[in-house]
Amino acid sequence: MFQFIVRRLIQLIPVLLGVTIIVFSLMHLTPGNPAQIIAGESAPKETIEQIENRLGLNDPIPVQYFHFLKDAVMLDFGTSWRTSLPVSQELAPKFWVTLELAVYSTIFSIFLGLIAGIISAVRQYSIADVGIMLVALFGLSMPNFWFGLMLMQWFSLQLGWLPPTGWGSPQQIILPVITLGTMGAAVIARMTRSSMLDVISQDYIRTARAKGLKERVVIYRHALKNALIPVVTVIGLQFGSLLAGAVLTETVFAINGMGKLMVDRILARDFPVVQASVLIIAVVFVFVNLIVDISYKFLNKRINMD
Amino acid sequence: MNQETILDINDLRTSFLVDGFEVKAVDGVSFKLPKGKTIGIVGESGSGKSITAMSILQLLDKPGKIMGGEINFKGRDLTKLSEKEIRDIRGNEISMIFQEPMTSLNPVYTIGQQIRETLKVHQGLDKQRGTKKAIELLTLVGIPSPEQRVKQYPHELSGGMRQRVMIAMALACNPELLIADEPTTALDVTIQAQILELIKDLQSELGMSVIMITHDMGVVAETCDYVAVMYGGKVVEYQDVKSIFKSPKHPYTVGLLNSIPRHDTDVDELEPIKGNVPSPKDMPEGCRFAPRCPFATELCTQELPTLDTQADGGEVRCWIYTDRWDGDPEVNVRESKRTAESE
Amino acid sequence: MNTEQMKQTNIKATKKDRPWKRSLKDFYKKLVKNKSALIGGYLIIILIIIAIVGPFLTTLDPAKPDYAIKLEEPSADHWFGTDHHGRDIFTRVIHGLWITMFIGFTATILGSIAGVIIGIVSGYYGGKIDAVIMRFMDILLAFPGILLALALISILEPSRSNVIYAIAIFAIPTFARIVRGSTLATKNLEYIDAMKALGASDLRIISKHIFPNILSPIIVQASLFIANAVITASGLSFLGMGEQPPSPELGALLSDGRDFMWDAGHIALFPGLVIMLIVLAFNVFGDGLRDALDPKMNKK
Repeated sequence: MFQFIVRRLIQLIPVLLGVTIIVFSLMHLTPGNPAQIIAGESAPKETIEQIENRLGLNDPIPVQYFHFLKDAVMLDFGTSWRTSLPVSQELAPKFWVTLELAVYSTIFSIFLGLIAGIISAVRQYSIADVGIMLVALFGLSMPNFWFGLMLMQWFSLQLGWLPPTGWGSPQQIILPVITLGTMGAAVIARMTRSSMLDVISQDYIRTARAKGLKERVVIYRHALKNALIPVVTVIGLQFGSLLAGAVLTETVFAINGMGKLMVDRILARDFPVVQASVLIIAVVFVFVNLIVDISYKFLNKRINMD
Repeated sequence: MNQETILDINDLRTSFLVDGFEVKAVDGVSFKLPKGKTIGIVGESGSGKSITAMSILQLLDKPGKIMGGEINFKGRDLTKLSEKEIRDIRGNEISMIFQEPMTSLNPVYTIGQQIRETLKVHQGLDKQRGTKKAIELLTLVGIPSPEQRVKQYPHELSGGMRQRVMIAMALACNPELLIADEPTTALDVTIQAQILELIKDLQSELGMSVIMITHDMGVVAETCDYVAVMYGGKVVEYQDVKSIFKSPKHPYTVGLLNSIPRHDTDVDELEPIKGNVPSPKDMPEGCRFAPRCPFATELCTQELPTLDTQADGGEVRCWIYTDRWDGDPEVNVRESKRTAESE
Repeated sequence: MNTEQMKQTNIKATKKDRPWKRSLKDFYKKLVKNKSALIGGYLIIILIIIAIVGPFLTTLDPAKPDYAIKLEEPSADHWFGTDHHGRDIFTRVIHGLWITMFIGFTATILGSIAGVIIGIVSGYYGGKIDAVIMRFMDILLAFPGILLALALISILEPSRSNVIYAIAIFAIPTFARIVRGSTLATKNLEYIDAMKALGASDLRIISKHIFPNILSPIIVQASLFIANAVITASGLSFLGMGEQPPSPELGALLSDGRDFMWDAGHIALFPGLVIMLIVLAFNVFGDGLRDALDPKMNKK
């Protein structure tokens, strides 16, 4: 097990390097001179040269990449071109907001998805099953930013039950979490159902019944634990899409998280902030996948014949 | 039969309801099992033998349903019991072991956990006493170092060992009846013999009755006292084990016997029965076996014979043994078969 | 022509198109057998027809403002109401349907072509090429969902073609992985070895024997990816990173809807419903197809 973790960590290195190279290249593929953008259209030549030297823009590209990498490891992402604040300082509070949103939404989608998927599987072909799967299909097909708008219109504007924007109070959390978590819930529900159906037809479920166990015990103790193993992988992938989906949800509900910041700064051409946001989301995603991989391996250990 | 009867199945009918159609998998099966004895239910796959076994404990897969008949176990009709009452019998008074030891144990629980579960449900044993009993049971079925085994997961055991665990689990509550559904089919030949030996030993030790579902006449010869041969969802012959090997009556039984290797004759060519088991969806109208039977006459293809008791006590479902037989009056099923072969 | 000759030409003809024809025929047979694939397929055809024919049938101009009738609720004259410039939303949705589907299709086609080539090369040649390519695909997959497209748009100008490129790149690793897996499975079949022994070139083996075999998973994936591409494309427009006003792309219409949420709720409703319908159609089609083609499901 320990060996497996170490091996996976080593495999991670080229991926992380690749991610940083791509993110680093973003800045260099940008049309226009960064120094010019920072200094403004009408800045004198000396100022621009001064900025170029300060940022090391005249160094060879590999040297620049090395500096970028070294700084990034220390969580130093440079200075914002727009606010002149350190990027890490700007990002930190917003990162926590986005993480909170993603974590709550993941919990929501796991909770809802598992329950719906289990009901569907246990009552295969019943009205409940058909209904749940139909709802899941719609949940999967809805653009979440539109769903968010519709929720906001109903619950905030028409009924006035919940605040339409912002983040922090329990009331403010509800709509964004439903918006962001619904698609994940749909994916998890479908996966749980098919996995449960797979497991229910296994020989050991018949054995469990032959022992004289209650159907409830058969389903929850014997089937569910096995059925959850493939679902774990899906949950990991979902967390990634949730992080990315937060960009849209935050825009809809005017939440001051990293996603909204990223969109604002793309439009304002503030690259250090964009770069750092993209990098952070990708790295978090890579590590979440690592955790999922390890837990999958751990759960699956007993099933593997070798 | 003057012994006490533990199981008396009478006109059992089990069907699968698919798209509104009734597919009869077991169609009027009856047999009796005396206490402490072993009955073999023999037939090719698709003959309804496993469905019969599953019907006893009502472990049928989804569209399967018992349509009628009685399953009298110690004077109680199992088909009339509630879900809870049948649960109390499963794994307690009647236990079952299955064909696939590799997949019949839950991969995410230890051997100990799985044996303890049965003990807890039926006898209310706590973890400590359960583990003690589990170790005893593993010793009983001949598993070495049981103290370690209880902590292991199924994937750490070989197929033969897993089948022993299955048997230990089945024996946990001293069942009066053990149903073994092809218990050795998936195992290596040497392991097969060991497992059969184990079942036999345990049976005499614990005084259990056993239903042995198999397609292998060799297994029957080794373990059974009585044999019911099934074909197309019906019992076609019922005899004690000596008679069935000495004087098989139904042409299908003869066919089954001819398809096993024998040590006492020089037949070096096994003769499988020609053709396939009919699908329950389109059963022949008359005798189920008629399309494959070398003796079939017009009568056989038109009317289904009944299961009749013969002079020697055996029961057979075949027109040859009735007054209405319209074929060769001198027909000798066993011998004619043999001679036809040698010509 | 005598019979001998006829036989000869017959053999030639079947030999020539057999793998392709068989593969497509097989595919069609399975498609027709699966109800949900069929429903999804019909829905897709209907949407395509509306997208192509619709703009010619609507009499109103999707872009021309008319401030006398702005922010009107749905009525007999304006089925989906009007927006803040007094433009008929129904007309705009009909025009937008085409744009959104066009982006989804084009991006998927471009991305799948690149992904299929990469996947075949990786799976067929294996070894170091495979290792390097797959490592690179892992890197692309580290950017979840819309993030990669967003990052690419951030350095390119937001425009229709750039949205298409961004989504196409996002599609590559998914296709490459699936195609690589199927190629590996097919490559090890005995008859491929036999073909090689007979001296068939790699290109011939790939085009005549490997590609027809992996066509079905590609079509399934393409259908599911179009659904994804449509959501991503409209999401980008919604954020202002894709189609720019006054384009009636469906995501851009939603963006207008958000701004006028308080005064006119109907603006956002219909474009979103239409996006959902497109995505639903491709999801149902892809799902059904996958079930139909999955041998595990067929057995049951």
